[in-house]
Amino acid sequence: MQRRPLITAIMATLVLGIAACSGSGGNKANSVQITNVSYDPTRELYQAINPAFATYWKHKTGQDVTFRMSHGGSGKQSRAIIDGLEADVATLALGYDIDAIAERAKLLPQDWQKALPDNSAPYTSTIVFLVRKGNPKGIRDWGDLVKPGVQVITPNPKTSGGARWNFLAAWVYGRKAGGSDAAAEAYVKRLFTQVPVLDSGARGSTTTFVERGIGDVLLAWENEAFLAEKELGAGKFEIVMPSISILAEPPVAVITANAKKHGTEEVAKAYLEYLYTPEAQTAIAHNFYRPRNPEVAAQFKKQFPDINLVTVDEAFGGWAKAQKQFFDDGGVFDRIYGK
Amino acid sequence: MSIHRSTTERRATRILLILVALAFLAFFLLLPLIAVFGEALKQGIGGFANAVTDPDAQSAIRLTLMVAAISVPLNMVFGVAASWAISKYDFKGKSLLVTLIDLPFSVSPVVSGLIFVLLFGAQGYLGPWLADHGIRVIFAVPGILLATIFITFPFVARELIPLMQEQGRADEEAALSLGASGWQTFWRVTLPNIRWGLLYGVLLCNARAMGEFGAVSVVSGHIRGETNTMPLHVEILYNEYNFVGAFAVASLLALLALVTLVAKSVLEWRFDLHSGAKH
Amino acid sequence: MTSLSLSRGRWRQPSVLPGFGLTFGVSVIWLSLIVLIPLATIFLRSAGMGWSDFVAAGFSDRALAAYRLSFGTAAAAGLVNVVFGLLIAWVLVRYSFPGKRVIGALVDLPFALPTAVAGIALTTIYAPSGWIGQFLDPLGVKVAFTPLGITIALIFIGLPFVVRSVEPVLADMGLEVEEAAATLGAGRAQTFFRIILPSILPALITGFAMAFARGVGEYGSVIFISGNMPGKTEIAPLLIVTQLEQYAYDGATAIATVMLVVSFAILLLLNGYQTLRRRRMGA
Repeated sequence: MQRRPLITAIMATLVLGIAACSGSGGNKANSVQITNVSYDPTRELYQAINPAFATYWKHKTGQDVTFRMSHGGSGKQSRAIIDGLEADVATLALGYDIDAIAERAKLLPQDWQKALPDNSAPYTSTIVFLVRKGNPKGIRDWGDLVKPGVQVITPNPKTSGGARWNFLAAWVYGRKAGGSDAAAEAYVKRLFTQVPVLDSGARGSTTTFVERGIGDVLLAWENEAFLAEKELGAGKFEIVMPSISILAEPPVAVITANAKKHGTEEVAKAYLEYLYTPEAQTAIAHNFYRPRNPEVAAQFKKQFPDINLVTVDEAFGGWAKAQKQFFDDGGVFDRIYGK
Repeated sequence: MSIHRSTTERRATRILLILVALAFLAFFLLLPLIAVFGEALKQGIGGFANAVTDPDAQSAIRLTLMVAAISVPLNMVFGVAASWAISKYDFKGKSLLVTLIDLPFSVSPVVSGLIFVLLFGAQGYLGPWLADHGIRVIFAVPGILLATIFITFPFVARELIPLMQEQGRADEEAALSLGASGWQTFWRVTLPNIRWGLLYGVLLCNARAMGEFGAVSVVSGHIRGETNTMPLHVEILYNEYNFVGAFAVASLLALLALVTLVAKSVLEWRFDLHSGAKH
Repeated sequence: MTSLSLSRGRWRQPSVLPGFGLTFGVSVIWLSLIVLIPLATIFLRSAGMGWSDFVAAGFSDRALAAYRLSFGTAAAAGLVNVVFGLLIAWVLVRYSFPGKRVIGALVDLPFALPTAVAGIALTTIYAPSGWIGQFLDPLGVKVAFTPLGITIALIFIGLPFVVRSVEPVLADMGLEVEEAAATLGAGRAQTFFRIILPSILPALITGFAMAFARGVGEYGSVIFISGNMPGKTEIAPLLIVTQLEQYAYDGATAIATVMLVVSFAILLLLNGYQTLRRRRMGA
């Protein structure tokens, strides 16, 4: 009979532990909490925007807003929301990841992208080249990347959202230069033979390029390239704008089912709408994303030169199609690495 | 003296062996450690202190200590029980039981996280029921606890089983025949015999509980200041290009482990002094 | 628990020691709650997919290449660790030298250091521009982003398993037998291979098995140093993550199942061998 108390004690500890930790935070009437589940490169951006929105909201409604921020790879974050991470808003890297939430977990309507202006993407970015100071290999455009002896750093498209943008941007160039999908595939295949290491995430690639000194050119988000230059070594690198690239539209959405449950629908919506205000758009530009607001964009014209940008919808008929054609098992990416 | 010499090696052999061992350790363990501390102290003590006293870092430290404080004792009780059952009795299916205990070692950390998501996640087997009752497991502290207990599950048992098998059961049988009760035998005979093995096991279990990254990463949800453990916080800082901060928190983890181990050594040494006559 | 006591006599040899029911019960319950039930979900999930889907995901060319790499590098690292782990344990137990306690503490570092940090630190050292890498690179030895780099990361991860398995057994072994052997005229090497090695062999095998099993599944430290090139330096756990990125939970569980079954079989074999050996030796 001695075994009873011990087992009971173990079980009780487990149950109590679980119960004690799972009590949800109290929701007082005069304060509200938003959980924003985002992807990696937006940390600095939302660190700037959150306090500004808190002030704005307090002024408007008298309510205090606090934020719970979660950052990680875009696909991983999307999966976390599907599996029950109770995000009020999702601010991810590509529409496909929010589509997945709508489709698999049905936490928001299928046509979520129509809820806010500009395809629900309050900021955009593109894919540019980061090269070493003085551009020793003379890299000006995509064509220079496949010259002999040039090493290109990009993350693995299988595990990194950013790497998929890189891949598609290269494809867009290859198709334009060669005139066909076959030419594009040949170009991209050659490009990837010049890649010495495929990190699992965008920031891993940046580290490989910057800290380890590997490679001659890093394919990166424009905002990441600016940030890397600022944080990791002003004057050590140069940004090269290619002749053509892809328009990256990182979307934002209210996860309506969760927001309804938490009673945060109104504030969550206001939070995302706030991103389109001139103040937020300026903060966005300061954090190296391209603002949507034309006046703000005009102010930062020097920082963001005009380049020929195509969207995924125009070039590939949307993310769902692109994902299936290029990145799912048996897709083009697997083919170029196959025998 | 000839007997003494016969149970050890010649001086030259000894020195050679020590040197080889040290060289191996230097290459594979010391160098990475130096790399970590070197990076952490790149901007002097100030940068280190800033990173460690940051509120998010503090909450990560608190969470990590709490997780270790809950998971280690549970696995310790289990470990002692399991190794008693396995080493003191003969029964069929014993090697199966031992293998099942080893199993968490062979499960990739990625998978260890995934199984709890498949079980408790919103799309998982128990997820909808838990959601209806307002119980949150995944992306909250209970999920982190479960993943940590899973990962550190075999440590204590694995340390004790070979040791207790080596010791056999003669001591316990003698104690019982002298009229001691089962519990008395355990406390007075078995426990003193296994105490160092147990301590090792607990320390390893503790180190691993604090350092686990992969599995915890899958179930944590990465909410800053809430569900970030120290290793996850390290990743966040690293991804913010805050290398000094990242390595500072990492070196804190390494330091925690080193301190517990040095404490263990001191304990061991003092104990040896008291009972020195025995050896 | 009554059914347990009824069946006890048949599958367990009688023993005067009490507490079997308690300890066995606690072990089995805790094991089921924490390990078996959660792991069962993997098999449940795999069983839910058709056989052909399972084979397609679990045995594709990519997956086979990844298994070869993961199991191969883990075995290589495990063997290195057996040799050097034993040496380190021996030195720590038998000899005294300055700084021994600190060195002893250092061995557990791989457990304490978050695996991602270990990966970053190792890459810092072995990358072509790294501390050691810069000397190896001109010699044509590439460590980072090759299977060699993966092996080094796994040596780092697995070392404490071997040292800590062997150490207590070695410490517990009295010198009497060795003295006896020496008195009977055995040389030191003979004593080691005939007397010492056999009695620490179980612990050594345990250490190897654990280091190996851990190495096969290791993710955090390896992805930094492996380079992740499909078919060449792509480890099996990375494939699982790749599947998850496509929301292919089934594909992920298929690969996980294959890895789990192989690891389990290897562990079972080793443990079975040890039980057999113990029985034969009449312990």
